[in-house]
Amino acid sequence: MNIHRNLVAFKTILTREILRFMRIWIQTVMPPAINALLYLVVFGTLIGSQVREVDGYRYMDYIVPGIIMLSVIMNSYSNVVSSFYAAKFQHFVEEMLISPVHNVVILAGFVAGGVARGLVVGAAVTAIALLFTDLQVVNVWITLSVVLLTAILFSIGGFINAIYANSFDDISIVPNFILMPLIYLGGIFYSIQLLPPVWQLVSKINPILYMVNGFRYGILGVSDISIAYAFGIILAFIFALGGFALYLLNRGVGLKQ
Amino acid sequence: MKALSIQGLEKTYGNGFQAVKDVNLDVEEGDFFALLGPNGAGKSTTIGIICSLIKKTRGTVSVFGHDLEREQEAVKSSIGLVPQEFNFSLFEPPIEILINQAGYYGIPRPEARRRAEIYLKKMELWEHRNNQSRSLSGGMKRRLMIARALVHEPRLLFLDEPTAGVDIEIRRSMWAFVQEINKELGTTIILTTHYLEEAESLCRNVAIINEGVVIQQGSVSHLLSESHTQTYVLDIAQTMNTAPDLEGFSVYLSGNQQLEVEVTKEHHLNKLFAVLSSKKIDVTSMRTKTNRLEEFFMRLVKKG
Ligand SMILES: Nc1ncnc2c1ncn2[C@@H]1O[C@H](COP(=O)(O)OP(=O)(O)OP(=O)(O)O)[C@@H](O)[C@H]1O
Ligand SMILES: [Mg+2]
Repeated sequence: MNIHRNLVAFKTILTREILRFMRIWIQTVMPPAINALLYLVVFGTLIGSQVREVDGYRYMDYIVPGIIMLSVIMNSYSNVVSSFYAAKFQHFVEEMLISPVHNVVILAGFVAGGVARGLVVGAAVTAIALLFTDLQVVNVWITLSVVLLTAILFSIGGFINAIYANSFDDISIVPNFILMPLIYLGGIFYSIQLLPPVWQLVSKINPILYMVNGFRYGILGVSDISIAYAFGIILAFIFALGGFALYLLNRGVGLKQ
Repeated sequence: MKALSIQGLEKTYGNGFQAVKDVNLDVEEGDFFALLGPNGAGKSTTIGIICSLIKKTRGTVSVFGHDLEREQEAVKSSIGLVPQEFNFSLFEPPIEILINQAGYYGIPRPEARRRAEIYLKKMELWEHRNNQSRSLSGGMKRRLMIARALVHEPRLLFLDEPTAGVDIEIRRSMWAFVQEINKELGTTIILTTHYLEEAESLCRNVAIINEGVVIQQGSVSHLLSESHTQTYVLDIAQTMNTAPDLEGFSVYLSGNQQLEVEVTKEHHLNKLFAVLSSKKIDVTSMRTKTNRLEEFFMRLVKKG
């Protein structure tokens, strides 16, 4: 593997990805920012004023980390799934397949693009949240690394989804019918301590719970689960799904006849 | 050195259709080579396999001595492809498409930009460099793919029907340019086209593929010397209702003032005109029905 060549190729894919979502920022950055604003107004301000404190925090402060995570997850995922699916659908993925760029680099380039989108939107949502609360970050490093790892993980997820997708329906099924419910049930708006024991147990199968809680721990210093455990789960998923994505790419699944 | 060597290539698609049955092919470095065959013969499939876009079922492919499977990077680095179907992003401008393509080959941005300018200008697309590619005309899109295929300066260039939809003037300048890179840079060129006069005038060597099998391969001049007959179309002064009997020539009345006459290699045109004179048929004009390669091709493919 030629390191220099692949480094240039990685930069090329990443730049292309960033340019793509910035060019259409009205579709990619604006809607999640507006969504977050609505969540904060409706749940945080209006409903939140009627709700008692959670884990000793104002309801508004409690849900802000979850809402940031929601936007990071959804945007990392949808950036990669729609971009890679478009490359497949319009066949310009062949520009990469024909060239000597390594499959690891193709995957890394698209994932980095998804992370970039997740972070840009995450930053925009954070900026909006600062209008409602003053976010005191307890542990910056934990906060940033949880966001980064989560964005990586869901970007890989979007990539796998795009590989299998054969229609535009296929790229919205997973985000709408799997991702959204998992995020909502992942403790964005509530602490799982509020649930009956059985549902607490069920919630713990949901990997997103660990990410939301890891992030909340970084910001507020409280979590429903242990932070080491959260990191372990995220990393395990990254390696498993990353390996799987690479395997699919090497096999040419969905890409080569 | 061989630019391309293929042995026993087979491809069966997922639906069970065998598009390539047995392709054996050798192309020398520096050649200008035509891969001819009717629609569905397996030309694009064969090219797709060499370019790593389609997975082969069986057989070996090597490019400049590098095995397609074991030395994929070396093979990929030396190949450029102008595919039959458009395969670029419709929302990106040509300049970005070329710079990105160069990037995948490890060419850093400043150098990529320099080359993009050269090839977009060569393909007369420079004024359109910042427009969305979907706004280009059909012929411009094809030229965009040619520029894109050249940006990493490949040693082996595949042109899969590059002139479909390109107007005559630009087609000529395109061929002049392709001949120039063949001569000056020594780029090996493999061309598929359905315009056989293009192949006849441009290419030194040719392979004819039909139903997934190479049925004929050799130099264009050799194949033409093997081709026995040439059909001429004669416009005549007289009006006829049945074809006249011209001893030794097969004649077909294609209009009431037009004859088609097959002349085999053993006969001379003098003989034909002698017979025509003796029958008092006045010829006002004459042309060949198709070019010679086309005639040869038609015979071969019909037979096969
Ligand atoms: N993805 C596919 N699945 C199944 N069959 C296919 C597929 N792609 C091509 N074929 C079939 O394989 C055969 C060869 O196709 P190919 O595109 O290689 O022909 P070609 O020689 O390039 O023809 P043309 O001159 O029309 O471009 C055709 O019969 C075609 O229908
Ligand atoms: Mg074809």
